[in-house]
Amino acid sequence: MLKNRHVISVRDFTREEIETILEHSERMEKIYEKGDDRLSGKVLATLFFSPSTRTRLSFETAMLRLGGDVISLVGKEAASTAKGENLADTIRTVEKYCDVIVLRHPKEGAARLAAEYSSVPVINAGDGANQHPTQTFLDLYTIKKEKGKIEGLKVGLMGDLKYGRTVHSLAYALAMFGAEIHLISPEELRMPRYIVDELVEVGAADVEEHRDVEPILGELDVLYVIRIQKEMFPDPEEYERVKGSYRITRELIEEHARDDLIIMHPLPRVDEVEPEVDELPQARYFDQVRNGVIVRMALLDLLLGDAE
Amino acid sequence: MALKVRRIENGTVLDHLPPGTAPLILDILDVDLEETTVLMAINVESSKMGRKDILKIEGKFLEEEEANRVALIAPNATVNIIRDYSVAEKFKVKPPERVEGVVKCPNPNCITNDEREPVEPVFIRESEDPLEYRCKYCERVIRAEQLREILRG
Repeated sequence: MLKNRHVISVRDFTREEIETILEHSERMEKIYEKGDDRLSGKVLATLFFSPSTRTRLSFETAMLRLGGDVISLVGKEAASTAKGENLADTIRTVEKYCDVIVLRHPKEGAARLAAEYSSVPVINAGDGANQHPTQTFLDLYTIKKEKGKIEGLKVGLMGDLKYGRTVHSLAYALAMFGAEIHLISPEELRMPRYIVDELVEVGAADVEEHRDVEPILGELDVLYVIRIQKEMFPDPEEYERVKGSYRITRELIEEHARDDLIIMHPLPRVDEVEPEVDELPQARYFDQVRNGVIVRMALLDLLLGDAE
Repeated sequence: MALKVRRIENGTVLDHLPPGTAPLILDILDVDLEETTVLMAINVESSKMGRKDILKIEGKFLEEEEANRVALIAPNATVNIIRDYSVAEKFKVKPPERVEGVVKCPNPNCITNDEREPVEPVFIRESEDPLEYRCKYCERVIRAEQLREILRG
């Protein structure tokens, strides 16, 4: 089902396929500790045209834990390799060196284009403001691992819901799994209408929008917070107006949240979750990092190995 | 009403085009202007529309798929396939399921707007009411009116 598949957008996957990835991730928990050599002889190429340390390290770690090898072209090096060369040509070259390509690119749609020119699977690790599917898979995995299910859970998505790529894909996937979605953001950063409309169509149990987190916090099973990403704003003035406009504090959680709430964040954070929250039992964002490696191990094994 | 443009023997007549849109419509169809005879009437009187455009393309029988492109600009257009001076087939255009290479993506950061890349913009129909398309590459949802505006430049 997933062998040799390109992983470009959450939209390309059915609920059943995502469940396969989540189930296979559970099997990877042990291998994460001990390592394995099931992908021995396979080569993963990371091709990062825009910066991201953690996503790249996460993929590379996942590949190494499964016994595979990694080649890597990042930042200025990637840019200079590509000097004058288009992405289509770069992909047709790099595919000859490897068995899977992990691509991050500043332009939306770059991964879809790359997939059309690649005979080896392309995994989208972020195309501009569009998609970052493995982030969504690892978020779903974290929720399922912590809560035992996704369907029917009350999930608050909080922060820049307008430009936040992460929450767009995550909201779509949560809807597919039948969660109840609460969108919490300042007025200026509300989730675009067409995405909200779609969530109901796709299967969300309910979708509600809130300006403040406080009134809804006590009901939530999951609170997912994202930062405001300056680089996503076309207008710097708009960024200045909204930066620092929301913040999760220890006091807020202690006073209003349930004990079994889990707080998630894709990291890096700026000031939207204060460091004092880290010590609370609800904080899960550093577990997400670990889960990220596990989910990527599962995905690589499903794409390249004999898992199916 | 007197006939403003002469009848054609074989080909396609596109009728009920909004006034002023005929040149644009000709532009999005695959018509070889060096070889084909085209008759164009702009702003003629219409009992239904007040004013309308008509396009007659000689020797070309528009297939439904290509004709449906016209719906992006002229949602109420009718297509008459003419054989031997009479209407052999008549249909209304429908919004196409897929729009390929005709309209540029309005998202400037979409990979299809990078001139170095060998890629044509492709839009897939997302919903019929309201009529919306999704860019196959950047995945933005675009309303049909927006596509129309882009086409009109």
